[in-house]
Amino acid sequence: MRVRLSGQSVHNELVRRVEEYSGQDLMACYQCGKCAAGCPVAFAMDMLPSQVIRFVQLGLVDRLLDSKTIWLCAACQTCYTRCPKGVDLSRIMEALREIVMFEKGSYINYDAISPRDVMEWPQQAFIGGFRKYAV
Amino acid sequence: MKRIGIFVCHCGTNIAGTIDIARVIEEIQKFPEVVCALDYKYMCSDPGQQLIRDHIRDDKLDALIVAACSPAMHETTFRKTAATAGVNPYQTEIANIREQSSWVHQKQREAATNKAIETIRTIVAKVHYNQSLVPFYLPLVKRALVIGGGIAGMQAALDIADAGYPVVLVEQSSGLGGRMGQLSGIYLNFEAAPDLLSQTIEAVTHHPNIQVLTNAEVTQVGGYVGNFTVHVEQRTPEPPEPASATGVVPGNPVSYSFDIGAIVVATGYDLYRKERLGEYGGGRYPDVIDGLQFEAMLRRDGPTGGLIRRPSDGRIPKEVVWVQCAGSRDPELHMPYCSKVCCMYVAKQAMLYKRQVPEGQATVFYIDIRSQGKGYEEFVQRAMTEHDVLYVRGKASKVFQEDGRVKVWGVDTLTGLPVEVEADLVVLATATVARSDAQELGQRLRISMDEHGFFNEAHPKLRPVESLTAGVFLAGAAQFPKDIPETVAQASAAASKVLSLFSQRQMVQEPTIAYVDPEICSGCGLCIPACPYEARTMHEWRHIAVVNAALCQGCGACTVVCPNKACQVRNLTPVQILAMMEAYL
Repeated sequence: MRVRLSGQSVHNELVRRVEEYSGQDLMACYQCGKCAAGCPVAFAMDMLPSQVIRFVQLGLVDRLLDSKTIWLCAACQTCYTRCPKGVDLSRIMEALREIVMFEKGSYINYDAISPRDVMEWPQQAFIGGFRKYAV
Repeated sequence: MKRIGIFVCHCGTNIAGTIDIARVIEEIQKFPEVVCALDYKYMCSDPGQQLIRDHIRDDKLDALIVAACSPAMHETTFRKTAATAGVNPYQTEIANIREQSSWVHQKQREAATNKAIETIRTIVAKVHYNQSLVPFYLPLVKRALVIGGGIAGMQAALDIADAGYPVVLVEQSSGLGGRMGQLSGIYLNFEAAPDLLSQTIEAVTHHPNIQVLTNAEVTQVGGYVGNFTVHVEQRTPEPPEPASATGVVPGNPVSYSFDIGAIVVATGYDLYRKERLGEYGGGRYPDVIDGLQFEAMLRRDGPTGGLIRRPSDGRIPKEVVWVQCAGSRDPELHMPYCSKVCCMYVAKQAMLYKRQVPEGQATVFYIDIRSQGKGYEEFVQRAMTEHDVLYVRGKASKVFQEDGRVKVWGVDTLTGLPVEVEADLVVLATATVARSDAQELGQRLRISMDEHGFFNEAHPKLRPVESLTAGVFLAGAAQFPKDIPETVAQASAAASKVLSLFSQRQMVQEPTIAYVDPEICSGCGLCIPACPYEARTMHEWRHIAVVNAALCQGCGACTVVCPNKACQVRNLTPVQILAMMEAYL
């Protein structure tokens, strides 16, 4: 399907929300791909991190909400550390997760996690989990 | 009897590594008229040259042979050495025993040594007949012709005129300013081009050393560097009203003839005709325009008074698409090269559009962004971040009209998604091409052009403002697409080349060129078409061939066709060539 681009379509409500939640200048990204090249979890993603931001630039946020990529992002910020334009992609990922959770609710049920798991899981996993799954 | 000294160079191991130098010295000492024969590690070094000078003095040499590398490398060096020691430089010859002996026979020591000896033997035979020559001094007209009254031509004219030399500036159209005069606000600071130009036009028009001829064309160019004869025809301007109404009848063109020393070609560029871009609907749809048409729209004195309007219905366009590389970087169908200025002016136009129509959408289809220049990259980035211009990476493939709008089909190669924009206005950044009349002018000036019609520079890196014809210099987009700062830089560079020529008192020409013996020449005229440099003419009333010393390059084509040896090249006469052959055989 041919995607119709227009002033309205590239500035839709979802794009505005990504911009607001992430606090990032979405148009600053010039698509060099360095984020995708260095991402430690890109191998498992269904869409490259750089493509995520490109979809937002094109106003195609709705196509991102079902993607696995936004949930695989570990918020490690390797991308942001290396980005030549200072775009914090992990915040954009976070914004997209927030939109999903606002729309569909949280996937995490903290009470269902056993105390043993809480003891054993690395702290990073908890922080990542909260960042990702908590409303 | 001559007193010849021979100096054999080792060139490190380049020559001595293959050739048996001791045997060479032993043999060449026996040649007639040879007074001394020596060898040295590097003859072109300071001690090497001093060795030559010492022997010129001690052995009272009046001719010398340096057996070394190609004459293209060091002939001038050793001729200067000879001159400083009081020997006429044209009594110095090179025997090439490196490129033509040691390098090509590296594994054949004996053969290479023999060849070196024989090479030197022939040169000894030649030097016997060498004449002492002095360079020609030719008059130099210190007046410049500048062709083209755009920013390039005006800048060159001003620089030359400010240095005190008269300049004739010939402009084809009715006014000065050229392509820059058609632009609106320019990148990077959006300064209005007409304001910027007005000062330059003012300075040119009122400069006491500049004669401006508008509506004029160079019709004929004769002569050579320092001594061109240029004919210019000026059309009488059209009367403002029909001739019948005013009673004014346009007269015949006015002809001028100028003696000119140097020429600057600054004839600028054309845009690739958008009609040739069928897939983009160029020329078919009124709302598909080119970059210069959009510039006209942005000008206060333009057809829309500076307002961006759709040509079809005058409405404010809410969706504007720019298509970059329209006809550029397309070796299959259009022009293979990058037109260089489009990336920058498209960013500028998109920004100016967004300033005027903030709620509008600006979309640019591109295949690469080329923003090489001080502040250029930052400028393009500002178009994206501050002016919200959407750049889509992918060349638009099709533009067509539907429901009163122009639809653009492209692809976003970054996501792999085919896209479509329903635009109100499409601006094609069409290729910058050579002017349609460039070829005609090039032939008149005898300067060469590349396959696209841009004038050729003498060397792409080291002589970028000179043409291959001495005394003709290049400035601006007539040589290749370039933007205003680059054009101004090249124009000033061309002017400085003109000034360095004009700073000489007279012109110096090598004397080793052809001459015609008037006693022998029968006036058959065969040498005239044989000369590749147009240096040969028939004398008006003596009916013999004469050589134009300024144009002759000493190639010898005339000596070959001349049936009775009236044509000869100085210090390369048939007598010398036969003597060399005899020595060798």
